[in-house]
Amino acid sequence: MVDGILNYLWLVPALPLLGVIGNAAIALFAERPLLLTESGSEEHGHGHGSSHAAPPYRKLVAVFGPGVVGVSFVVSLLSVLALAARPAHDRLFVQVLFPWVQAGSFDAPVAFQLDPLSAVMILVVTGVGFLIHVYSVGYMSHEKAFARYFVYLNLFTFAMLLLVLGSNFLLMFVGWEGVGLCSYLLIGYWYEKQSAADAGKKAFVVNRVGDFGFLVAMFLIFWTFGSVDYTEVFARIPGLSASGDLTTGVATAITLLLFVGAVGKSAQIPLYVWLPDAMEGPTPVSALIHAATMVTAGVYMVARTSALFLLAPASMAVVAVVGAATAIFSATIGITQNDIKRVLAYSTVSQLGYMFLACGVGAFTAGIFHLMTHAFFKALLFLASGSVIHALSGEQDMRKMGSLKKHLPITFTTMFIATLAISGIPGLSGFFSKDEILWKSFSSGHGHVGLWLVGTVAAGITAFYMFRLVFLTFYGESRMEPEVEKHVHESPYSMTVPLMILAVLSVAGGWIGWPAALGGSNHFEHWLAPVFAHGAEGAVHGGAHASAALEYLLMAGSVGVALCGIGLAWYLYRGRTSMPKEIAKAVPGLYDVVLNKYYVDEIYDAAIVKRIVNGSVWLWEAFDDAFIDGIVNGVASLVRGAGDKARRLQTGVVGNYAFTLLLGAVILVGFLLWP
Amino acid sequence: MMEPSAYLLLSGILFGIGVAGVVARKNVLIILMSVEIMMNAVNVAFIAVGSYLGDVTGSVFAFMVMTVAAAEAAVGLAILIAIYRLKETVDITELSILKW
Amino acid sequence: MEPVLFVIFGAISVGGAIMVVTRRHPMASALYLILTLFAVAALFALRQAHFLAAIQVIVYAGAVVVLFIFVIMLINVPESRLPVERLTGMRFLGVTVAGLLILESALVARRFGMAGTPATDAGSVRAVGTALFTDYLLAFEVTSVLLLAAVIGAIAMAKKKI
Repeated sequence: MVDGILNYLWLVPALPLLGVIGNAAIALFAERPLLLTESGSEEHGHGHGSSHAAPPYRKLVAVFGPGVVGVSFVVSLLSVLALAARPAHDRLFVQVLFPWVQAGSFDAPVAFQLDPLSAVMILVVTGVGFLIHVYSVGYMSHEKAFARYFVYLNLFTFAMLLLVLGSNFLLMFVGWEGVGLCSYLLIGYWYEKQSAADAGKKAFVVNRVGDFGFLVAMFLIFWTFGSVDYTEVFARIPGLSASGDLTTGVATAITLLLFVGAVGKSAQIPLYVWLPDAMEGPTPVSALIHAATMVTAGVYMVARTSALFLLAPASMAVVAVVGAATAIFSATIGITQNDIKRVLAYSTVSQLGYMFLACGVGAFTAGIFHLMTHAFFKALLFLASGSVIHALSGEQDMRKMGSLKKHLPITFTTMFIATLAISGIPGLSGFFSKDEILWKSFSSGHGHVGLWLVGTVAAGITAFYMFRLVFLTFYGESRMEPEVEKHVHESPYSMTVPLMILAVLSVAGGWIGWPAALGGSNHFEHWLAPVFAHGAEGAVHGGAHASAALEYLLMAGSVGVALCGIGLAWYLYRGRTSMPKEIAKAVPGLYDVVLNKYYVDEIYDAAIVKRIVNGSVWLWEAFDDAFIDGIVNGVASLVRGAGDKARRLQTGVVGNYAFTLLLGAVILVGFLLWP
Repeated sequence: MMEPSAYLLLSGILFGIGVAGVVARKNVLIILMSVEIMMNAVNVAFIAVGSYLGDVTGSVFAFMVMTVAAAEAAVGLAILIAIYRLKETVDITELSILKW
Repeated sequence: MEPVLFVIFGAISVGGAIMVVTRRHPMASALYLILTLFAVAALFALRQAHFLAAIQVIVYAGAVVVLFIFVIMLINVPESRLPVERLTGMRFLGVTVAGLLILESALVARRFGMAGTPATDAGSVRAVGTALFTDYLLAFEVTSVLLLAAVIGAIAMAKKKI
């Protein structure tokens, strides 16, 4: 009876799609004509300029947009509960809706798969997504293109659910491209702004590089396994390994190409450059897409294909090293950034690095666990920063903030909780997930002490720059512009209530993964165990270092490092506030390099972008303009020239026409008379 | 007791003369008359063959041709008058503005 | 008897036709046209097509040529303003090709020769009248419409102001 709800699984992605259709109709037929008529006086940004009476459709959108996602969340929750009611070995539900692509032996139906992994994902996507939708109603209230925003946001939710629910690689790819498209649309939401349009394009193009890898990996998977269906592919692994058709080389190639896709989508080195620029989009978008859900799609994909990754130790090592390197690399950039959203963006990149580090050492559960907790606290951080930005009429520079604690009590409290969580303070969600990753990177068979060390240092840096952010924003002297300071106000309930809910989740969200070493039972690991059953025992528990005493020691170590980071931040930004500038002056070269994000954008620009642009210009001028157009124009002028000569035949003298007619008749009769 | 080919030959000769008149002359009036000769040539062929085959269709066709010839002459001469009023000429080579 | 008359009237019609296309003044051409038409009418009669022969004289020689002469006299182009027609290469070529056409028609006449038979009375007034008012009634009526259209067209064309 409870199981029956699973038959309505299709509603989970269908409801946001309904929202897309409804809101799109409003956007096209109600909003767009309105915007076009007043486009002359259009004013964008966070301004409070709009004094017009709100058009009636806005209320409908404000209810409908978040509403469909909310209902979708309820259906997800019921479905997951129904799944949990089943015995552990039976927690796999596939709903085939209709056949989609059928060609020869290739068969990819539209089918949704609910298992513990996708269950976690749909709860995160619909749950956090719903809160952010609600928040958006308040945050975007001054925007004129209100319905358009919700069209994109609902479309994103739909695509993301397709990605995580799809039961084959092709459907996942559709969702994968769909979220990429929505990311592009939402980054470029304020498309009149050149920087926003450019950032959208950058995100789209960089993602294409990764998508190419994913696509080729999908071809390889079909070529090797003869199917793109998860269940069938994973079921065939043992047989193909035994028969020698699936060598380590093939598995390495597939997994590395998949990882290229993940690197693009989840902003890892070397394709992370689009994510910081993506902060040009509205802040709730940054929270939903560029922190909580879409960027974690890569982690989900790696976890989903964990069975393949475990066959390729080299790929695992690459994943782990790239993850660890990204974690520390972007954390160092985060120290010097002054834009509040950019700090969080680099923090996101860094945290995603942690998730890949976990996957790379075989601790997929830990990676997904961190994905979930990160979704809570990073969404909260973004939304809170959005609340700050909203309060400061669009100001994002932390050097022009400060002393906001008394103005924005709810925002401050919730953001402080999230900061504690991300820093890994014991008892909050971040602590459990991050510590699990660090412990596994040390103890797992795939782990290495170096990875642990890098992860721990990065944790310290994380704590430092996050508290730097909090201190610069909420404490100290006010450095606000006087004009801005007058308008400072706490955000409306539609924004603060999601903040409070997320704060609760940031605290309690980690408790379901309370580690066994601390007397918990780690429900989360047991929940996901069926998905990662293949060989995970050997990988995770096979390490020689596993002992409770060591685990306590490492825990204490990471907490200590985090506290050191916090202390340092306190010393530099609350104690001797002149110190940061002095340090920057002491090592000018290093500071500039880090402030300019290691000049990675500039290097990419010179090494790749310029060359492609030059090559394209050459193709345009030499090939297209000269060659192709030359042919076309040549044919045209040939015809034209011939016509210019031939028109002289048209003399206008009737006698000539009559003669031609006669000549034709004579020739025709002659031809017929020919023996 | 003549063969019809004699009539057909005569018809061909008359038709050729008419054609020569249409192609070679400049005077619109004479061109129109040449056209009348061509139609008559056709009628000769119709009548001759019809009579040899003992078929009335030849005469009927010749009758139709004659009607068309009369209509053509009427309209053609009307056009001629209109043009002459406008251009004061019957020279067909001067009526050549419809070109290029 | 028939061959002799055929040669006489055939010669008259061809000679008349040549005179028509070679005269400088259209009035002369029109008068020679009457001669040609009469000769052709005689040929019709020779083939027992009495009805057509009569129509030829009445409608053609009587009405159409009179219309021509009427127009010639109406516009009355002075001798000096008649087109000057010199023998150019183009016109010579035109006449040559017309000659080729005659040659070809001669070949056609020779190739499709038919056995000579005495003329039947298929062209009699009774026969043609019966055919026109039975089998070809529709065509006959359409012809009258054509003539009506020609009349209206001619008036519309020639009238100075409608």
